[in-house]
Amino acid sequence: MSGDAGGASGGSERVRDEGYDDFLDAIAADEGFYLECPEGHGSLPPRRVCPHCGATELTEVPLPARGEVETFTTVHVAAPSFADDAPYVTAVADFGGVRLTGVVRGVDPETVEGGTEVTADVGKTDTAGERVLVLRAV
Amino acid sequence: MTGVRVAGVGLTHFGEHPERTGRDLFAEASERAFADAGVPREDIEQLNYGNFMGALSEHQGHQGPLMAEAAGLNAPATRYESACASSGVAVREAVKDLRNGEADAVLVGGAERMNNLGTAGSTEGLAIAADDLYEVRAGMTFPAAYALMARAYFDQYGGTQEDLAEIAVKNHDNALGNEYAQYQSAITVEDALDAPTIAEPLGLFDACPITDGASAAVLVSEEYAEANELDAPVAVTGTGQGGDKMALQDREFLARTPAAERAAEEAYADAGIDTNDVAVAEVHDCFTIAEVLALEALDFYAPGEAIGAAARGETTRDGDRPINLSGGLKAKGHPVGATGTSQVVEMTRLLRGDHPNSDAVGGKVGVTHNAGGTVASTTVHVLEVDV
Repeated sequence: MSGDAGGASGGSERVRDEGYDDFLDAIAADEGFYLECPEGHGSLPPRRVCPHCGATELTEVPLPARGEVETFTTVHVAAPSFADDAPYVTAVADFGGVRLTGVVRGVDPETVEGGTEVTADVGKTDTAGERVLVLRAV
Repeated sequence: MTGVRVAGVGLTHFGEHPERTGRDLFAEASERAFADAGVPREDIEQLNYGNFMGALSEHQGHQGPLMAEAAGLNAPATRYESACASSGVAVREAVKDLRNGEADAVLVGGAERMNNLGTAGSTEGLAIAADDLYEVRAGMTFPAAYALMARAYFDQYGGTQEDLAEIAVKNHDNALGNEYAQYQSAITVEDALDAPTIAEPLGLFDACPITDGASAAVLVSEEYAEANELDAPVAVTGTGQGGDKMALQDREFLARTPAAERAAEEAYADAGIDTNDVAVAEVHDCFTIAEVLALEALDFYAPGEAIGAAARGETTRDGDRPINLSGGLKAKGHPVGATGTSQVVEMTRLLRGDHPNSDAVGGKVGVTHNAGGTVASTTVHVLEVDV
């Protein structure tokens, strides 16, 4: 549990997670995308199969610029990797083809509500400077 | 296909035992189960053992043979891991093996040591049951995940923190006479509402505690029970399991638990019962909102209707269908890998009549509901007495 053995709190030496880190890179470069199957189901990388229908033909499509907060909570008791970030708001936001889970920033936590409009971004945690998916209120 | 009988059951005290090893906890629970069963250890053909975070908390993998040894068995042993449903899965696999003739006597159970990690460490440990890439790295903890579900439920169906507090009050009340329970103390709605917030809208009393403990049960075939003239009035008559997407964001529903719905349908059909036959249930109330979701998935209530069940007195000890007469995970405690089997232990005693709350049971059919993660995996079992 020391936080330097890899995984979520792996520090700067963490080996990249192919697919996932590529997705974060794309979000950071304002080129966010998700994967879509011929049936129109969305999913996030790494994927070889659509988790909803089993289709194997997945194509990258642009992530819509804005999503809406669907549900959210203010976390007061955090895991060690977010200890200095607490309290923080984490939310699930609907971007149309996919939902994203992230830390909500750029807004007074008290004013977050269902339907709050957000963009996807990549920030760093206060605790260890780890990359984190940010839902930035617009 | 043969029937499956519960020959004997055992628990440790559930609570804060940070210095006790997993092997010692499981040894105690299994010793009690053997004493209750009257089955000799040499008749046990396999151990199905549930554990979740032993690799983190005790730096111990390969726990199957370790726990067989602790229980005094000379039999093959397998550790099952399905987050908080680990020993529910262990029970289900044992039931299947007993039915198909693979074994005539199986020890099932589980153990978890958590308090040696502290609050932050166990919070991090529990989080590994979520999707590491897309949830944990986005700051999701387990209380946060259930808070997200609670908020979604409130938005979709209505409900308040007071409704949730009533569930905590009920389950604390049920645990008062349970010598194995972590909390044997009554609380009020005000206590729950005034408690520190963990992840809004959930407070400290909406969450189960961090618990060390173990559970064990000796399950045998109908033929074994008859041949050995065992006093084993409780049978496992139905088993079911369901799954869902790992991450909340990939689910069709944020305020329903289809994995549990599927597990329940399968278990009820397996037992040949319907919802109205169920007199009592032990459900996976890791958070108060989880009890609400469970009661709806088990078809005791339509979606959106279970939120007020405790407040209306329908699920209390003197209600129509008492829920979590053991105290539930909320008050009895939640040693993660032990919980699924502990529900079977409690239900067996409730139905047999030797549980402190047996008087509240108004029928012969009980159900146990054990959920992993944010209900990405669930097992449901039907237990019946005098069948």
